[in-house]
Amino acid sequence: MRIEDVHQRLLDRFGAQAIRELKTGVKDPWIEVAADRIADVARFIHDEPDIKLDGLNDLCGSDWLDTDPKKKNPCEPHVEVVYHLYSYTHKYFCKLKVKTPRWTDGQAGQLPQVPSVAGVWGIADWHEREAFDLVGIDFTNHPNLRRILCPEDWEGHPLRKDYEFPLEYHGVRGK
Amino acid sequence: MSLTLEDPRIIEFDVRTDEMLVNMGPQHPSTHGVLRLLLKTDGEIIHEVTPHIGYLHRCAEKIGENLATPQWIPYTDRMDYLAAMNMNLGFALTVEKLIGMEVPEKAMTLRVIISELNRIASHLVGMGAYGLDLGTFSPFLYAFREREIILDLFEEVCGARLTYSYITVGGATHDLPGEITIPPGLAQLTGRDPNMRLQWVDAVRMFLDWMTPRIKEYHTLLTRNAIFIKRTADLGILTREMAISYGCTGPVLRGSGVDHDLRRDGEPIYTRMYEGYNYKIPVAPFTDPEYGKLPKEVVLGDNWCRFFVRMMEVVQSISLVRQAMDKYPTSKGEYRVPYKMSTKLPSDEVYLETECPRGQMGFYVVGDGDAEPFRARAKSSCFCNLSITGPLCKGVLIADIPAIVGSLDIVMGEIDR
Repeated sequence: MRIEDVHQRLLDRFGAQAIRELKTGVKDPWIEVAADRIADVARFIHDEPDIKLDGLNDLCGSDWLDTDPKKKNPCEPHVEVVYHLYSYTHKYFCKLKVKTPRWTDGQAGQLPQVPSVAGVWGIADWHEREAFDLVGIDFTNHPNLRRILCPEDWEGHPLRKDYEFPLEYHGVRGK
Repeated sequence: MSLTLEDPRIIEFDVRTDEMLVNMGPQHPSTHGVLRLLLKTDGEIIHEVTPHIGYLHRCAEKIGENLATPQWIPYTDRMDYLAAMNMNLGFALTVEKLIGMEVPEKAMTLRVIISELNRIASHLVGMGAYGLDLGTFSPFLYAFREREIILDLFEEVCGARLTYSYITVGGATHDLPGEITIPPGLAQLTGRDPNMRLQWVDAVRMFLDWMTPRIKEYHTLLTRNAIFIKRTADLGILTREMAISYGCTGPVLRGSGVDHDLRRDGEPIYTRMYEGYNYKIPVAPFTDPEYGKLPKEVVLGDNWCRFFVRMMEVVQSISLVRQAMDKYPTSKGEYRVPYKMSTKLPSDEVYLETECPRGQMGFYVVGDGDAEPFRARAKSSCFCNLSITGPLCKGVLIADIPAIVGSLDIVMGEIDR
């Protein structure tokens, strides 16, 4: 099974509305999936016997606030969730991506929403908590979306590119 | 006249005990660092375990976005500080994959020697500390006696004993040393003159020759010890499906019977390092006659299996180091390819996992045309292995929690990053 075959199977099953693009010509090719369909797609690729991506190696978010025109890769500001998958049954890697706006409705502070895949892979529970904590992504239907690495009362999401370190935290001076 | 439950004369239909919240850690010695477990117990029986992590959080990923890639190598040391060489290797390989660099054969052989030696040292700590968790002190002392010599040898290689920053993008910072004074521990143990001068590779060989027969002693002390078996076998059973679903890797995964090791099944940039070597991958239920007869209490995926995988990997690593050292003098090329700090990373992104002693450590690096990565992510293997504690500890006794958490062999520096 190659990523092209997975892409074709997903296109047949979910249509071009949900499966946005197959990015090739890069070191690790990826499939971009519409944010609202990711939970269904995850369930499908996990259960389907000939795809069977049963291992979630990594799930992480990254913030693309990249409006510098001098950069080689100009892009619209957005937030990505990257899923690195592996099939222990068929022994191949696969990579999925979900892109959402940085804030819901363009209102700063309104975290973007992505459906949770914690019901599909057990480890996604903790990885999504970490992505929520550090990048600021609201995983809907997550069983227990709390901060995991930062303290519960921490403000902001440190891996956002426009994050500012707090001036003070419980009497400890920052900056 | 029969009574019903609603009868006001019945005060208590059944005797119930109260649920109690017990806080274990973050300073508890058996939590291997600053792990805090919140136990919901009914008497001695655990109902629920909630791990709280983050006490060592330094946000290394944010720091990585502001440093050139070789500058971030010292931060990877401080993640899994018991296997810092393997962490250096993982990140160096990820950057090499991103920029499409090929390291020479000599550098690859050097990396095999160094990372397998570090695997031995790391598993020795895992073994000794697990003994401590279960209440036996002696294996810890033996393990640290052996590890001390490996640290002395590493000190000769790069000057540091714990945070090496030795393996770097393009190869390693220095070639292996030539003539050295024998490490004091090794001189004492083998009865040599403490001022003896010898080649570094010969010192490694001398150490391995001395250590190989000692492994039998560890088995007598721990693996085949009746008390040890009673405390570990048939406890904390992790099924194959659960191990895969919870992203467990390394000895935890192989202890559950999944035959998967990235040194053989990984991506080509990593597996070509191990091409041409003869080694076995120990996987539960250990059907190979070389492993001997298992104690009859052992169940696939229990604490004992995870521990035994580590012990057997030490044997394999010793053999790998020996083979690599035989290969080293005739390996072609240099020990490194020069890499400038200001080298611009291409606008691409790569993810690479390597087989560290504790599991598969992954690095995800996004370049955007600058020397600093746009996003540097470290996926921790212990983080995934620890996430299994909740389901695994349901219904066990409080005293068994250290036995289960210890068998996962976690390092908090890597979990919190």
